[in-house]
Amino acid sequence: MTEKYGPKGKLIIVEGVDGSGKSTQIRLLEKWLRYIGMPVFFTEWNSSEQVKEIISRGKRKNLLTPTTFSLLHATDFAARYERNIFPLLRAGYIVLADRYIYTAFARDVVRGCSPEWVRHVYGFAVKPDIAFYFKVPVEISFDRIAKNRPKLKYYEAGMDLNLSNDPFESYRIFQGRIVEQYEDMVEPEGFTIVDGTAGIEEQQKRVRQKVIEILPKNTRRNISAGVI
Amino acid sequence: MKKADTSLRPIRYYGNGIPYMEESNIKGTLIVIEGPDASGRSTHIGMITAKLEAEGHAVLNTGLRRSELVSEGIMEAKKEHMLGRRTMSLFYAADFADQLENKILPALRAGYIVLADRYIFTLMARDAVRGMSRRWSHHLFGFSVVPDLVFYLDVDPEELVHRVFQKNTFLDYYESGADLGLSDDMYESFIIYQRMIAKEFRRMQSHYALVLINGNRSIPEVNADLQKRIDNFLVTIQH
Repeated sequence: MTEKYGPKGKLIIVEGVDGSGKSTQIRLLEKWLRYIGMPVFFTEWNSSEQVKEIISRGKRKNLLTPTTFSLLHATDFAARYERNIFPLLRAGYIVLADRYIYTAFARDVVRGCSPEWVRHVYGFAVKPDIAFYFKVPVEISFDRIAKNRPKLKYYEAGMDLNLSNDPFESYRIFQGRIVEQYEDMVEPEGFTIVDGTAGIEEQQKRVRQKVIEILPKNTRRNISAGVI
Repeated sequence: MKKADTSLRPIRYYGNGIPYMEESNIKGTLIVIEGPDASGRSTHIGMITAKLEAEGHAVLNTGLRRSELVSEGIMEAKKEHMLGRRTMSLFYAADFADQLENKILPALRAGYIVLADRYIFTLMARDAVRGMSRRWSHHLFGFSVVPDLVFYLDVDPEELVHRVFQKNTFLDYYESGADLGLSDDMYESFIIYQRMIAKEFRRMQSHYALVLINGNRSIPEVNADLQKRIDNFLVTIQH
């Protein structure tokens, strides 16, 4: 229905486990793009006003099964997709997404959903123009989170998977499995790998280099001429 | 006491099913009654339940939009008309999944006869008339259990509209397809929309083995028809 009009804008997304540094990088990218005058829209996982409340209620009560967990996140995604992502792409915006469908492909499959099924559910979503994958060894991302957080939430720690009674241990195993899923997607999904252990500035440089390639010609010219 | 459950049998799904489900066998029977609002669904389910219980069966009634998890959210979103079509269909799918996993499957495992007041077919028909790909809907509900019997109460839209007005003084926004902009005349919109839905059910008939029931007849007549078919089915699985 919508697919016959290709979007004019560009979709740039970041993926990676918690503590991989992706959110820092996409926020920096957003600031830069706004600074050089591009029309930008930023969206993040699990943030739709209408759906968020239901998801968090389900999470508080530990009511979610892997299937309902998956479908509610798909509902949240669809709400943002139908309301913002797709219309803004049509209008020519650069849409930046902190986590996209690959987060669901990784998490829901680790939780036990069928990989084909999850991919079908999200089959309506357009492919990103650039998908950055922030690659970090699990021990490092784990340390970054574990040091700053006194407590982990039930689903966040993957406690519903019965991996361990210790939330931090469960989280570590859970994150390891998510990394495996991401690694398997790198090639088929065409992820651009960013070394999440590198310095913040260095990572941002790599990100911008890649993003410049898909900016309009005159913007590119102005950037290389140092005008902006 | 009659027994509907003969022995354990593996659950049949429409697609990939629920891979993490440990217990993959059931004893019970799943019977679905589909049909538009005012087609008599709940009346028939009440009568069938009473009869089956009188015969000694354990019966569970379920329906769409009854899950603890998301029903309130759906009601609110519908009232405010603020969610897109895809979002609504995923919302309903989540609600359905919650009921399937937390109510229907446990009851089927325990050997109940589950009488479902609508199932995935209503959701798929609504999506299809709203332009969503049938293939997508079919895959979306790949986690659903294949029912033993699915009845569709087929009522002519002209007959249906009178039944609606016997209950309410107005036509429901969504049941009239008002979101589709079919006509400014609500009556006309209702008729057109119900025809589209009925056509969609006929389209699904052979693929999903739907049993079309002429719902234009009186309640006792339709009920006798349904009872006979259910009794025949229960007899066949007892041997």
